[in-house]
Order: sequence, then C-alpha cells, then structure tokens
Amino acid sequence: MNGRWEAVIGLEIHTQLATVSKIFSGAPTAYGAAPNTQASLIDLGYPGVLPVLNAEAVRMAVKFGLAIGATIARRSILARKNYFYPDLPKGYQISQYELPVVADGTLVIQDAEGQDKTVRITRAHLEEDAGKSVHGLGPFTGIDLNRAGTPLLEIVSAPDLRSAAEAAAYMRSIHTLVRYLRISDGNMQEGSFRCDANVSVRPRGESKLGTRTEIKNLNSFRFVEKALEYEIERQIDVLEGGGEVVQQTLLFDADRGVTRPMRSKEEANDYRYFPDPDLLPLEIDEAFIEAVRQTLPELPDARRRRFVEAYDLRAEDAAILAQNPAVADYFEAVAGATKAAPRVAANWIIGDLTALLNRDGLEIEASRIAPPALAELLDALESGTISGKIAKDVFEAMWAGEGSAGEIIAARGLRQISDPEALGAVVRDVVAAHPAQAAEYRAGKDKLLGFFVGQVMKATRGQANPQEVNRLLKEALGGS
Amino acid sequence: MSLTREQIQHLAMLARLELAESEFDDVQAKLSSIVEFVDRLQAAPVDDVVPMAHPLSGAQRLRPDVVTEVIDRDAIQANAPAVQDGFYLVPKVIEQG
Amino acid sequence: MDGEALHGRTLTELAQGLESGEITAVGIAEHLLERIAQTEERLNAFITVTADEALAAAAAADRERAAGRTRPLLGLPIVHKDLFCTRGVLTTCGSRMLSNFVSPYDATVVARLREAGAVMLGKTNMDEFAMGSSNETSWYGPVRNPWDVTRSPGGSSGGTAAAVAARVVPAGTGTDTGGSIRQPAALTGTVGLKPTYGRVSRFGMVAFASSLDQAGVITRTVEDAALLLGVMAGFDEKDSTSVDHPVPDYRAALGRGVAGLKIGIVRQHFDEGLDAECAERVRAALSLLEREGAVLTEIDLPHIDLSVPTYYVVAPAEASSNLSRFDGVRFGYRAENPKDLLDLYCRTRGEGFGAEVKRRIMTGTYVLSAGYYDAYYLRAQKVRELISRDFREAFATVDVIAGPTAPTPAFALGEKTADPITMYLNDIYTIGANLAGLPGISIPCGFARGLPVGLHLVGAHFAEETLLAAAHHYQALTDWHRACPEGFA
Repeated sequence: MNGRWEAVIGLEIHTQLATVSKIFSGAPTAYGAAPNTQASLIDLGYPGVLPVLNAEAVRMAVKFGLAIGATIARRSILARKNYFYPDLPKGYQISQYELPVVADGTLVIQDAEGQDKTVRITRAHLEEDAGKSVHGLGPFTGIDLNRAGTPLLEIVSAPDLRSAAEAAAYMRSIHTLVRYLRISDGNMQEGSFRCDANVSVRPRGESKLGTRTEIKNLNSFRFVEKALEYEIERQIDVLEGGGEVVQQTLLFDADRGVTRPMRSKEEANDYRYFPDPDLLPLEIDEAFIEAVRQTLPELPDARRRRFVEAYDLRAEDAAILAQNPAVADYFEAVAGATKAAPRVAANWIIGDLTALLNRDGLEIEASRIAPPALAELLDALESGTISGKIAKDVFEAMWAGEGSAGEIIAARGLRQISDPEALGAVVRDVVAAHPAQAAEYRAGKDKLLGFFVGQVMKATRGQANPQEVNRLLKEALGGS
Repeated sequence: MSLTREQIQHLAMLARLELAESEFDDVQAKLSSIVEFVDRLQAAPVDDVVPMAHPLSGAQRLRPDVVTEVIDRDAIQANAPAVQDGFYLVPKVIEQG
Repeated sequence: MDGEALHGRTLTELAQGLESGEITAVGIAEHLLERIAQTEERLNAFITVTADEALAAAAAADRERAAGRTRPLLGLPIVHKDLFCTRGVLTTCGSRMLSNFVSPYDATVVARLREAGAVMLGKTNMDEFAMGSSNETSWYGPVRNPWDVTRSPGGSSGGTAAAVAARVVPAGTGTDTGGSIRQPAALTGTVGLKPTYGRVSRFGMVAFASSLDQAGVITRTVEDAALLLGVMAGFDEKDSTSVDHPVPDYRAALGRGVAGLKIGIVRQHFDEGLDAECAERVRAALSLLEREGAVLTEIDLPHIDLSVPTYYVVAPAEASSNLSRFDGVRFGYRAENPKDLLDLYCRTRGEGFGAEVKRRIMTGTYVLSAGYYDAYYLRAQKVRELISRDFREAFATVDVIAGPTAPTPAFALGEKTADPITMYLNDIYTIGANLAGLPGISIPCGFARGLPVGLHLVGAHFAEETLLAAAHHYQALTDWHRACPEGFA
C-alpha cells in the first residue's frame, strides 16, 4: 500500500462461550455430536417454547468486559434480529441491539514497529449461534441444529486498525485473551472463533471514511491478513482508476487469494430489531460484577511483562510464551522445577518442544513430555551430566516414549565424559594421530581446532564435554 | 390507499408469504385501512414517555449452567416433514461460504 | 341423581359427587363424550376428541380414589384450547399450518391440570393462532354459539366457550391476548377469567403476542374458575416472564362480599358504541352491587380510546416474529415440491396460514420495518405506558374497574368479517387489561334480545381474589349463569 492511502479496518469477532449448556436451553454444547442430537425443542424453535438465560454466559461476558476495562451495563436488553434462513430455526436470532451488556473497552496491541497501540472495542454483546448446513445430500441441503443456541459473544472493534498486520495482531490478542479468561477455547477449526472484517480506504490525512466492504468468515490469522491485504489493494486500484468502491459483502477465496462478492444471502435485509418480549431486561448489580472480578486471572499483557521482569526473558520470547496460556503455564512449571536458567527453559520450549508439537500436530496440553520431565533433562544439561548435543538426542528419545531423561542417559550410557584424565588420554591419541594438522595449527591455523574437536567427539561418540575438550586440546597443541 | 402495491409486495417478501394475485387487492385494501386506523396513535402525547416492553417490572432470571435436556432425536423427528440421516432437509441452498 | 343431570353440574358439584361415591370419573367421561358426539354437528367446538385417553385417565382416577388417595381435580373433566401443546395429541392452533402437528411435550398448564388429576376430553376449536374475535378464522370452520347457532360465540377461545355454554363440558382452558377469553364468555353467558400477566405459565402455550398472552379458564361459575386458577397459577422456571408470586387459596377468598368495595366506572365506555340493551344490563348489575354495599365512582382513563390502535400495532408486531418459525422445515405443514428455498418458505406460509393471520403478520412486519419502527412500534409502546399509567392512577382510588365486556351481544357469523376494524372493535373494553397486564373476568349479567350479556371486572396486578370475590358475590345473588341455551338442556 503506497503512502497516499490509508486503510481503515474494524473487526467483528464472534467467539463461542465455553458454557456446558446452551444460552437459552439446557441442551449440551459439546462439539461433534451426531446431527440434531443436541438440539432441544427450545433450540428447534418448537411452538410454545420459551428461552431462559444462562447465568454463566452472562458471567463470561462480564469477565470479558472487565478484562478490557469496559463499562458493564447495569441494565441491558435482549433483542430479536428477524430474518429467514434454514439454520435459524425461530426465524429470528436472540441478540442484543441497543444497550449491549459490555461497551467502550480497549485492548493494547503491538503495531508494526513494536509500539503499543490502543484499539477501542465499541461493544461486546451476547447472542445465540445458528445451526449448520451440510451439502451433498442430493438435491437437498441438510440442516443440523446442534450448534443452534450455543452462546456467542460478539466483539466489535472501532475502525482503529490501519493495516492487515494490525488487524491480525488484534485478532490474535483477542484470541489470547478469551483463552486466558477461559471463556472460550478459541478453536477456529471447530468454529468457536470467527472473524468478519470491515475495511475501507481513504486518502491519507482525510478524516471522512471511505465506502467500506465487509469480508465474512475469516477463520485464521493468516487469512485475515491476506484477505485484508488483497482487499485494500483492490480498493486502492478501484479508486485510483477513478471508480467507486461498492458497498458489499465479500468472501475470501483462500485458494486463489482473492475476495469475491457473496452470492445472494440477505438482499438488503431489514432485521426489524425489537426487544424480545419473552425475556426481561438483564440487570447486573455490583455484587455480581465483583464476584466475576474475583475470578479474573493474570491477563496476557501482565504475564508477558512479568516473564521479562521475573524470569529475565527477552521481550520476544516472553511475548511468544505468553500468547498461549497453556504454553505460559508449561513454561512456568518447567522454570519452577529446574535449576537451569529460565531462558534455557524458554529456548527449549520455543525451539525444540514446539518443533515436535508441530511435527506431530499436537497442542501443548497433549505434549508427550510433561514439565517435570523437561525440567529433569535441563538439570542434567545444567549439571554437565550431558552435553547440549546429547541433550537433543535424549529429548527425541523422551518424546518417543523411551523413558525419563535419567533412564535414557543410563540405558544408553550417554553421560558426558568430563574427567580430565580420561579425556586427556583421548586428546593425546587424537593429536598424535594427526601430526600434519597439529603442525598447521601450531603454525597459526586456529580454525583447525574445530577439526580436532570433531575427532575427539567422534572418538567419544559425542559424549566428551566440549569445554574440557577445547581446554585440553589447546593445552596439548600449544599455540594460542 | 395508504399502502402501495410495492409496499405490499415488499412486506410479503420480508415475511416470506406468497400472496395469490386474487388475494392481492383485498390484502392491500385491508392493510391500508388497518394502517389508517393505527395512525390514530400519531396524535398521542408521547414526549418523555418511556416505552413499555413488559407489563410488569422485573429483571431477567438467570438459570444455572447445567445440562438438563435429554434429547430423543428420533421421537422429535418422527413429525418432521423431511429428514435424512438426522438432518432436516431443505431445497439446496446456494453456498454462502 | 340421574345421569341426565351430569352435564348440568359444575366442576365443584361433580367433585362432590365423586367424593361421596355417587358418581365415577368414568361415568362422567362417558357421559360427556356422548354429549360431545350429540352436539358437535351443531357447534363444531372441537378439533380433537381424546376419547380413549380420557377413559383411561378417568379409570385411573377412579382406581386412585378407591385406593384412598386424592388430588385437587381428581377425575374432573376438562378441555383445552387447541393452542396448548398436549403431548402425543394433535395440537393445531386452528391452523392448516399445524394440522398434522402432534406435540412432543405438554404445556405447563396442561401438565399441572393433569397432575392435579383432571381428565382431558379434547382440544377445542379456536381462531387461527388466536387471532380473531369470532372464531371464524379457524381452518376447521367456525364455531357456533349455542344460544343461536347462526351466530358467533366470540373468539379466539370460541370452542371452549361454546362447549361450556352448551353444557357439553363444565370447564375448559382458553387464552386471552386482547379479550379472547372474556369476550367469548360474555357472548356465551359463561364465566371467563384472564389472570394477571405472569400469573400462569406461558410455556407450551403457542405464542401469539408474548407480552399480552395469558392462559385462563372458561367455566359456568366463579367458584369453578377459582378452583382451576389455584391449580394453574404459580411460578414456572421455564417461562422467563412467569412471576414468582405466592398462590393464595382463591376459593377461600370467594366469600368476602362487596361491602365497601370501590368500583370504578369508566366514563368513556358508555358511549354510542355500546349496544343500548347491553348498557342497561350492565348498569343493572352495577346497581345490584351498589345495593350490596359497593361504592361506585366514575373514573377517567384518558388514553383508553387509543387502546385498540395500540394493541393492533404491538400484537401483530410480536406475532409477526413469533410466527416466523412456521416454515415447513422442522414440523408442520410443508408445501409440496418446493423448487427452491424461497419457494419453500413463501408457499408453505402462503398456503399454511389463513387470511387474517397473513394480514396480521404483514401489519406486524410493517410496524417493525426500517423507517416505521419509531412511528409505530416504539410509539405504541409509549402509548401502552400511558394507558398503564391511567390504570395505576385509577387503582389508587378504586379496587375494581367495571363495565361491559363487549359492545354488542353475539353477532351473526359473517357479519363482521368484511372490515377488519369492525372486528377489532369487539375487543374495545377488554384490550386495556392486556396492555397493562391486569387480571380481568367476565360474568353473565343478563340477556339482550335473548342473547347473553357480560359484566367485565378488571383488578389491579395479582388482585384475582378481589375480582373473584366480587364476581362470586354477584353470581350468588343472580342466576344468569344457570340459564341454559335452548336445545342443550
């Protein structure tokens, strides 16, 4: 995007709240059940049924509001949003329109330069999710209403984001936050966390907003960024070509990397919002809010800063570890159990552990190496029992289920050889076996030290203590 | 008449109601007279009046987050117009994405 | 007593007979099922008769009584307006849209009456989705008034009213959104009680206008109404609008008398819209109450003239949304061979709903639509507040508000169907109570040209005892409620 133009982006994020039962009925919310086995008569919109509001959904919404420093409405209204679609059984969605439960909060993200940027969150409100459609049933579409009635929190940002990267960063921050708060599992594959983006462009310096388009159903951080990058460029191209941006709803075609208009859907829908007469105004008092406040955990930002201060981690590493509360917990468990420096633990988690988790497609909760086991390995490394290289082999063996660090080291006889006498003997043998290189080294070719180190390592099957080897070689070879 | 043909068509579409051509004029006439009738409200002195959504005051009760429903899908779907493999069937819907 | 008089007895009298062992529940059920068979062609009051279930339930009730156990309504017969969901039994709401709908669950009202031992004889005919004041919009044909079968029994609870008036059954449930219990009660010479909004659960009562609907009863005596209300009333956790207010012993309150009772008469009600003979009967009733010690005062409800227009914005608006669930997908009627989704919706709903329902859905859609919401729906909710305020102020000075229930006695079938407004004005006296959520009762107070006239009493919130006491006192001194329509003795 060239300097002439400025992008203006706002995100609407729908996150499923992790309640056990639905927002208005006592049906279960667990993912993956057989079609329509979790749709009660209330979720199906049967004649005569009535909604009753789930207390935990309200608590979770309030928790989110407190975490973003928002105003919690003492009185908010549930309203009907009327439209016809097969996955919406009542022909209306119970949502909130005027008077949402949460309003005017903020979230700090890091912009492209790593600077703090405050994003305003205009509102967050409660609503019920719709069901799902499946295709491939011949000339029919099949409707599964298991998901209908699952509680959603719709989080609406102000159009404060100025780039695709910022939008992705904001989405990540919200994702991290809802997981920290334990109000959502944020599982994008299962549809627990969905994002729509509103984007427009305007000449830099202009205060009036340009015509915006809406990109729906962006379900990964990468897609949000790519879709917005594309759409921003597209809009600039249109405007620079003298045309006008048409206000429309778009989808992102991930395969081709382009946005395209949604087919049909709601032709200029008139939702005819009105307060739901089956539900009374939601009143939230101080006591309720205080009780929720007591359950607030350490928030992601605070945790990140504490990792830097208390564990002396580098800022980038602290940020990575703090982003996923499960990873942050894992790190602290390891750091607390090992004698090695926290930075060492951080490196192993961010590097080696993550590599194996990714390779095997696992989340850290399913890690084959638990924190105490990793701590044991790091202790062995710290005490010099094994070298760094050996440690990596042991780590792989632990992951493969061969046992604990101690067991593997013993079984394979991997103890690092540090005894100067034993090593000294090997060093003398190696030096004696390579007189030409020894002479070259003594003549000033310092780089050959690496050759000798390699030979010693080979002779000791990698178990020689590298620092000792270096020291003994330099002694034996003389020179610098 | 207070409602035009286009308005009637728009309302019928919003409400997903098919109106037969033979019903149309009658619907237009009757709806227009209803609108004229309720237009009496326009003269009402409603400045500073809080709209009443419920006849009784009171706040929404919250229920505990517990699974209470035992769902017998087959019993429920015994009455359904068109089902297959547990899904409710509708004519194929153009992909929304 | 001989079997012939069984259908002449009230619920209270039947209960006494059961207790004394003089009659059995099976005997009652058999007799009334026979009555239904004899009268249905003349009245068309029923959509479904549940003969087998009734006899089985009656037999179980007799066994239970023989075993020494009892329940408040054990073995007593009841019918339910077809707006109440009844498990395993067809529940049509008087509509083609639900003409094949067998409900998988019981409405709370149905369950409570059943648990109290009542025996359901069938589901009664009604205006389609409770929209109407004459029971002429039913898919199952109009109900006829036993006092004159060329006339309407009123609506929307016309089936229950006609069945009770014709001594086919002693009592039945109804629903009242703008007068649908009280107005048919007036037109059929029966007692119709609409409790305070939130007094009786709406769970399982198919919604028409959620902030106005209330379940109630139609009986021949106030005593029977009090008996049933005691069983039906009470908090239901499945209904968010249900109020947790204690349920008193309504029958115990009946003997209070009316000495010192302050009765307000609404000045605006006795105008040229009210049939002169009806006016006379109502005034006579009020005079009787005055002689008994009540104090009559004229009161003013300044905004009451706006109650019908207000209702006809609010009710259709809520109905238009409540009826969106009827789309042919999960239950009910479905148009054949829909060519696409839009066709499925439009034809299912176009064919499944009758003309009045479609009109009200479109009216409701209009008043909620963009550009019209403020001028209509929001404004109507404000006028509703004004009307409610008028009632609150009135109840600061009076205990009960009294007047005619309906502007005319029963009108001929087809007489008012040409112009919707003419039909809407039948509810002119009853609608205010729905808008304000107040309890109301209609009791017979005489005849005009051979047709019943109803006296309407409205009370403050949760003041059903006051209403029932006043109505009972009047009934004890009169015998309008004992009059039987010709041919139905």
